[in-house]
Amino acid sequence: MEKKEYGKLVKRRASRSPALKNCLAAFFVGGGICILGQCLTELWVALGLDLKTAGTVTTIVLVFLAALLTGIGVFDRIARFAGAGTLVPVTGFANAVVSPAIDNKSEGLLLGVGAKIFTVAGPVLLFGTLAGVVWGLIYYIFTLFVR
Amino acid sequence: MQQVITLARPVGIFAYAAAGGKEEAAGPLGASLDFTDGSDRFGQKTWELSESELSHQVLALALGRANLSHKEISFLFSGDLQNQCVASSIGHLETEIPFVGIYGACSTCTEGLLLASLTLSACENSPIAAAVTTSHNSAAERQFRTPVEYGGQRPPTAQWTATAGGAFLLKKDAAGAQIVRVMVGVMKDGGISDPFNMGAAMAPAAAASISSYLSLTNTKPDDYDAIVTGDLGDEGSELLKILLKKQNIDLSKNHLDCGTLLYNLKEKDVHAGASGCGCSAAVLAAKFLPALEAGEYRKILFLSTGALMSPSSVLQGKTILGVAPVIELHAPKR
Repeated sequence: MEKKEYGKLVKRRASRSPALKNCLAAFFVGGGICILGQCLTELWVALGLDLKTAGTVTTIVLVFLAALLTGIGVFDRIARFAGAGTLVPVTGFANAVVSPAIDNKSEGLLLGVGAKIFTVAGPVLLFGTLAGVVWGLIYYIFTLFVR
Repeated sequence: MQQVITLARPVGIFAYAAAGGKEEAAGPLGASLDFTDGSDRFGQKTWELSESELSHQVLALALGRANLSHKEISFLFSGDLQNQCVASSIGHLETEIPFVGIYGACSTCTEGLLLASLTLSACENSPIAAAVTTSHNSAAERQFRTPVEYGGQRPPTAQWTATAGGAFLLKKDAAGAQIVRVMVGVMKDGGISDPFNMGAAMAPAAAASISSYLSLTNTKPDDYDAIVTGDLGDEGSELLKILLKKQNIDLSKNHLDCGTLLYNLKEKDVHAGASGCGCSAAVLAAKFLPALEAGEYRKILFLSTGALMSPSSVLQGKTILGVAPVIELHAPKR
């Protein structure tokens, strides 16, 4: 069988991810995380923080929770079910930084954790920052002409 | 020119042992594994050393069963999935057995048994060889994929690298299941570059090996009680049957795949089945060798299937090659 023909056969046969189930899981878990975030923000505001600071504190709490769940080995199990539901919120980013940190502890603090901590999040950090710079420039040039 | 080597005198696998981790203990073969560790750690701090310890312990158990010490073994063919097979080298350093580290991705188990039986056949005297193969889920995930605790979904074609190992002791004319013929496999490129579909990457190599073996020995699938592949999983097994059907070889009756035997595929998040070279080693030792000894099978073909995958080569746009060496095992003579 030709390679091309085989490739087609493989593609045709391969079982697909259960898209509907995955979407629903992502919607409800992701939505749940957002509701939790909103509740926390409301709580901080009720306790007297201004809205902006409350949002920052909520982010810190969610990052902490995701990091803690990663550390005790639970996050990956939730994520296996939730998919994008845990990946898209800030929880996914926390997991992407903490999991390589835990993983590479065995190679030492400097050349293990230090060198490998951004192996997963690195592309997001680099190109996210770069995209920010590019859009900032575009915005700046735009404001020179449009007031 | 590819050829099937008929051993001048059959080589017997006279002692063996199988081991696994937590998931393997919970699988259908859990009770048949000689020892398991629910923490997957085997008493060690790092995943890499855990695999070394697994490799060491599984051989020690096989030796214990035969009342042998390390000193009485003349060759050790041992392999795993770690860079430079360090699980094997570190695990067996203190045994001082003459060592050949082997790497055949998931084909390592058959590769080791093949090399061991050929080496023994070349000896005028009758020394003992050991063949050991291990893989460790966490060590492999770290090296080939993502950090162990990284949370993500895997596609249904993905397989689960087994934390498992098998050790085999071989000697010419010894008791136990007999290796009578062997064949080195030809590498095949199915054009697959998806590391989450290793079954598809390996199926063409398995199909080529089975088809060549049958034609070179002038046999049919029915001449064997089982044709056992290493870790094609659900997906690869179906592809293998389709590929062989096109050559008029019907494998629907007696094909078994170690990758689909190690876990309860429906229950666990293992998707298409087990993979990793320890999978076929543990299943051979836990299921097929006892079945051959009990006479449930008379003749089987055993081919561990290797997907020769490197994360760098895949990112560089290269495809994943497959290879599948073959050994023919017979039930011991009564």
